[in-house]
Amino acid sequence: MNDSKTFIYDGSFNGFLTAVFIAFEEKVHVADIQKNSVSQNGLFSDTETIFTSIEKAKRVWNGIQAKSSSAIKNIYFAYLSETKGIELLLYRYIRKLFASERSIHSDYSDGIVLKISQLAKSVGREKHRMEAFVRFQLTQDEVYFANIEPDFDVLPLISKHFRSRYADQQWIIYDVKRKYGLFYDLQRVEIISLDSQEIHTNSIRKSDTFSGEEYDYQDLWNNYFKSTNIKSRINRKLHAQHVPKRYWKYLSEKKEAV
Amino acid sequence: MSLERIKEKLNILADAAKYDVSCSSSGSKRTNTNKGLGDSSGMGICHSYTEDGRCVSLLKILMTNYCIFDCAYCVTRKSNDIKRAAFKIQEVVDLTINFYRRNYIEGLFLSSGIFKSPDYTMERLVAVSKKLRLEENFNGYIHLKSIPGASDELMYEAGLYADRLSVNIEIPTISGLKLLAPDKKHEDFTKPMLKVKNEIIQFKSERKIIKSTPKFAPAGQSTQMIIGATGESDKDIMYSATHYYKNYNMKRVYYSGYVPVANDKRLPSIGTQVPMLRENRLYQTDWLLRFYGFQVQEILNNEHPNLDIDIDPKLGWALRNLEYFPIDINTADKQLLARIPGLGMKSVHKIISARRFRKLNWEHLKKIGVALNRAKYFVICDSARWEHRDLEAEKIKGMILQNSSGKFRKEYSTQLSLFA
Repeated sequence: MNDSKTFIYDGSFNGFLTAVFIAFEEKVHVADIQKNSVSQNGLFSDTETIFTSIEKAKRVWNGIQAKSSSAIKNIYFAYLSETKGIELLLYRYIRKLFASERSIHSDYSDGIVLKISQLAKSVGREKHRMEAFVRFQLTQDEVYFANIEPDFDVLPLISKHFRSRYADQQWIIYDVKRKYGLFYDLQRVEIISLDSQEIHTNSIRKSDTFSGEEYDYQDLWNNYFKSTNIKSRINRKLHAQHVPKRYWKYLSEKKEAV
Repeated sequence: MSLERIKEKLNILADAAKYDVSCSSSGSKRTNTNKGLGDSSGMGICHSYTEDGRCVSLLKILMTNYCIFDCAYCVTRKSNDIKRAAFKIQEVVDLTINFYRRNYIEGLFLSSGIFKSPDYTMERLVAVSKKLRLEENFNGYIHLKSIPGASDELMYEAGLYADRLSVNIEIPTISGLKLLAPDKKHEDFTKPMLKVKNEIIQFKSERKIIKSTPKFAPAGQSTQMIIGATGESDKDIMYSATHYYKNYNMKRVYYSGYVPVANDKRLPSIGTQVPMLRENRLYQTDWLLRFYGFQVQEILNNEHPNLDIDIDPKLGWALRNLEYFPIDINTADKQLLARIPGLGMKSVHKIISARRFRKLNWEHLKKIGVALNRAKYFVICDSARWEHRDLEAEKIKGMILQNSSGKFRKEYSTQLSLFA
């Protein structure tokens, strides 16, 4: 076990890719790859701190992409799942990928490949949910503002969708769980963090932050939501399956149900 | 205009529009190139779901529920004593834009009762979509109803602004239509369909030569049939659906279980249960025809004019055609795999990819997500354990039902005791 190593990286995706690069370069046995915020020393392995290098990260990214564009997507999506131990799992996946002549991303009877593909799918689903469940509220200063609390770190994945859709309005989508957000200022999207402790769920209580007109439209939307329901076909189980309860507090049409 | 008045209109005109089931917002190719509002080039998004479990993707409303027709199955029929209302063009535009900006919807679904004349009505629908596109720079999704009897010129204009157009055929058979909607002629429905179909074909051929040819209804057209209002069989319904898919290039045919809205001796009485399970079986059949390579005659014919209620149509077909089975998972081609009960097209594709690496056994199939409870009687894989017995169809059906817990089970549990 003398050449087994645990890599500690800064928690960024590029940091992770840098660790992969160094592991390949040093040809060591990787015991684990851990974020510096959660690292634990292994009993039988040395640790090495990784300094993120965009250049090295890029080489790994390009290398994987050249092998398979489906694989690079799976890797990035699965990484954003923040699952415990995801780094080591991805490292094994990448090793498999480079060891094989063929593209292994569709080898669904292999445990690791199936796992990564399922994680990527879960993250993809959460991305799609956020594209659906973001509810903007118009602030007094003309910014469309939404708080979200997604299961996975999907903000980087939804940026493009909202940018091309809402090109003519300023908007902020803020992840309260991970404490950062996206701000579009009619030109570009920036990553921001807010000092405010206040979380803007879609509550019945009105806040001065938002325009008066905002509450009129929420009112209209809630009315629409009720009118479009067919009572004789009621199926609350299906309803909750499609709109899981954990998202309700951010949905204006569900604010009375929360 | 006051908020309260708009709210009242919205309640009336959304309530009247909700029996139209289409809420699709996909299949268009309208990108946001003008730094305007909205983009409908991606996949459809359901922004919410009603308590009955249906997707809310579009603001689905009527322009008005005043109507000169008296179709028995329709809640807005002339003789029905209900509150009536009408939106102004600008009101619909404002609602659409403001809902869209808040990410409530993918766009607008605009239908209408027929007031004054079909052309007058169609003109108002076209005016809303024109205003949204040209004045508001709106690139979201627009689904317009083609009003039966509207002129070709108006249908052409509608196609320039809308992503999808639809006429609801509503009653699957011509005789049923005569009974329930005596003022409407079958041709009134098919004429605008034909116009739209031909315009789409023409657009596609012109596009090849002139790139800048304006888009025409890029998400195609669809129609809807009411299920269980008249006495038609599943065969009548699906043969009719096949006719519309084939002859009018429909993107979708929707099936809508009849929700009783009138006390009329020609129709099921108010309070009759909505035939939701039958509706579900029809959609399953529709999928088999569109994605699984089945011909409608294989599933429904004179010997089997109705679908089984207790099992899905693919399993029903397999049990009637046991001579095709067992199918070898590791060698069968795509068309054959698609015919195995318990295998969706996603599983089919996964199997085809995965078996390039090694032969698949039960464990692999289970992990991939195959419903083995149904599939195991119809396949062999890389394992000695498989169903060797020559079982009869009824026996297989009984064993499958015994080991499953379908979501509709309570609706046919009486039949189940037969196999216990």
